[in-house]
Amino acid sequence: MPTVYVNDKPVEIGTARLNCVQAAGLADTFVPHYCYHEALSVVASCRMCLVEVGERKPDGTVVMQPKVLPGCQTPVKDGTVVVTGDYAKRDQTQAALAYPADYVKGGQPGDRAKRAQADTLEGLLLNHPLDCPVCDKAGECKLQDYSYDYGRSESRMVDEKNQPPNKPGLSSKITLFTDRCIMCTRCVRFTREISGTAELMVNGRGHHEEIDTFPGRPLENKLAGNVVDLCPVGALGSKDFLYKQRVWYLKTVDQVCSRCSTGCSTHVDSNKDIVYRLRARENPLAQGHFMCDEGRYGYHFANSAERFVRPQVKRDGRFQPAPWAQVTPQLKQELSAAVQANARGVVAVLSPYLTVEEAFLLGSYFKGLSADVRLTLGPVPVVGEDDRYPKDVRGNAVEPTKFVIRAEKCPNRRGVEAVLTHLQGAVIPFADVAREALDALWFAGGYPEPGYAEAGIPSDWKAPALLVAQDLFPSLVTAAAKYVLPGTSSFEKEGTFVNHAGLAQSFGRAARPPVEARTELQLGYDLLGRRGLAQAAVVRAEVAGAVSWLAPLGGEVPANGVKLGD
Amino acid sequence: MPLTETDVRWVEAPKLGFWDQLYLPAMVDGLKTTLGHMFSKKITEQYPEQEPTLPPNYRGVHRLNRDEAGRVKCVACYMCATACPAHCIDIVAAPAPTEWKDREKYPETFVIDELRCIYCGMCEEACPVDAIELTTLYDLTGASREQMVFDKEKLLSVFDQTTKAGTDPVRSRAGKLGAASEPPPQ
Repeated sequence: MPTVYVNDKPVEIGTARLNCVQAAGLADTFVPHYCYHEALSVVASCRMCLVEVGERKPDGTVVMQPKVLPGCQTPVKDGTVVVTGDYAKRDQTQAALAYPADYVKGGQPGDRAKRAQADTLEGLLLNHPLDCPVCDKAGECKLQDYSYDYGRSESRMVDEKNQPPNKPGLSSKITLFTDRCIMCTRCVRFTREISGTAELMVNGRGHHEEIDTFPGRPLENKLAGNVVDLCPVGALGSKDFLYKQRVWYLKTVDQVCSRCSTGCSTHVDSNKDIVYRLRARENPLAQGHFMCDEGRYGYHFANSAERFVRPQVKRDGRFQPAPWAQVTPQLKQELSAAVQANARGVVAVLSPYLTVEEAFLLGSYFKGLSADVRLTLGPVPVVGEDDRYPKDVRGNAVEPTKFVIRAEKCPNRRGVEAVLTHLQGAVIPFADVAREALDALWFAGGYPEPGYAEAGIPSDWKAPALLVAQDLFPSLVTAAAKYVLPGTSSFEKEGTFVNHAGLAQSFGRAARPPVEARTELQLGYDLLGRRGLAQAAVVRAEVAGAVSWLAPLGGEVPANGVKLGD
Repeated sequence: MPLTETDVRWVEAPKLGFWDQLYLPAMVDGLKTTLGHMFSKKITEQYPEQEPTLPPNYRGVHRLNRDEAGRVKCVACYMCATACPAHCIDIVAAPAPTEWKDREKYPETFVIDELRCIYCGMCEEACPVDAIELTTLYDLTGASREQMVFDKEKLLSVFDQTTKAGTDPVRSRAGKLGAASEPPPQ
């Protein structure tokens, strides 16, 4: 087995082609870096990952390179010796390698790398404005973190700092604080390699290098928001989040994006039940490292003032607010009466925005009333075509595809279909039964945009006498409803989504729903008369036991989700 | 370690002698102190007619400092609100007006609830731009809770008032490293 020695610690690397940063990661040693990113090409421009590299010969002698090398650009092979600046904090239980005497020169191994890191940081900070108080990145800034860990506390710069003008017009969503940039060029490489649109470039030379766009070609592509996440410092700022919150107030919850069927893994940053920001979470099973702007900026619906926040009952043609304690028994009674009168005339619509657990509970309730009650799949929003990246200059997708924005704008069609198939043996689209004269209809929506639901409803649709609509926003359906129940966004519930490829990802709650709203899961509990707290994990175990395709959800679902069979 | 019998020392009250039992010498002693106070220099402060002079580090009402151009110095970095143990500072940040060429961010609103505040001075300690300071104003009263919630204008007016009176010069640590800084690696 090929073995690499990181700070005297041997690590097996197997057949993987790794660089020093990755090999050190395997040995639990962190090598700081700005420009290196797994998903992008290597340029070794930031010089933050300088390490001392050598080779251990088969007879045990070690030959070291005379100079420090950038770890991200230096591949390792069997016998490679890597000494990082943190050599002093190494695992002391490992036997030290036989470093040559002329290599350390009276000091310690790793001294050169440590000094190189400090000098690199000093160089990066020469022209840095140090406006941490006004910078949005403060608190999660790699320049702050590394300066604290590896840098100096004083600057020896005596000249005027170079202060290029900011570029607030970089795009409609992104602003560039030019003077904070440390020229790692991650954003440039992203637009060239992942989105393929190549809007960004490096302009100028030396200390006058600037990130810039081509005149008249702003950074407008559907993946542009990722450059803000990629930026290790506060140079690229998201206008959507600018000055809204300080990052140390934000609570981060790992979730799944609900705006298309790719099901990107996300970090949801919220404070006091308001979602302020979404960031991509690395998940090789779902989407890789990035996410699209539709998802990234598509959380505002959850904070919208238009949302339904309490149950309403139509009396004399006007909606009146009503307490849950009154609404739930009324609903149960009216539904069971309708089922007894004509079970074929009762239909429940489960939208593809529901989690697997919610669809299972609601579906079980209706099938429990009578086997003749039909469950249908709510309108599945499809907008345009799948959008594949990278693109070439003419906007045509190029192979190999690195990112796909799906045309299907709902997160959980496959999960709801699996539940429907289990409960009634077939998936009936709502459009098939929409034109029938029904007695009662339960419409479990949760559509983030009212147009999504309305697009799937025929124009000559007649609302039945008993229509219960559970949705986020006023739409055709809620206007015709007798009962309107507030829906909850995916940030306000826990559950499981199954993406287009059959990857099931479970997620926790990032924010609490509005005070008087109840999640669909809680509603399922109430309708079924189940006692105790509504917990997704309990229902998930039941679903896994009942539906064979979803059986892998039985145990603890890993953070990256679990792949279901086809 | 529990106490043992040897650790305990019993103390008896001293026996009263003849003069002690008379009580008169002790009374004379007490009267001597009283009479001494009657004819010595008066030390009572006649507040409110007579105002005390407070040390410059007295922690009274907050103020928001202005820069040379008369704009609020604060850059809405939320350090004071973060450091505040009583959570009495509420800031809303916004992009600075376009005519402020040297600034990107400023506090749209800056509110301190003077009733929640415990006057510990941590906000002043945390402020990286010397924008918030505690003054020697100590007599603040209000007829309602709302009156004691000071907004940005009120806090700036405290600055105007205290600088005009000359009681509180602006203190600055600009350019000095903090106590937590480390020497650079050699």
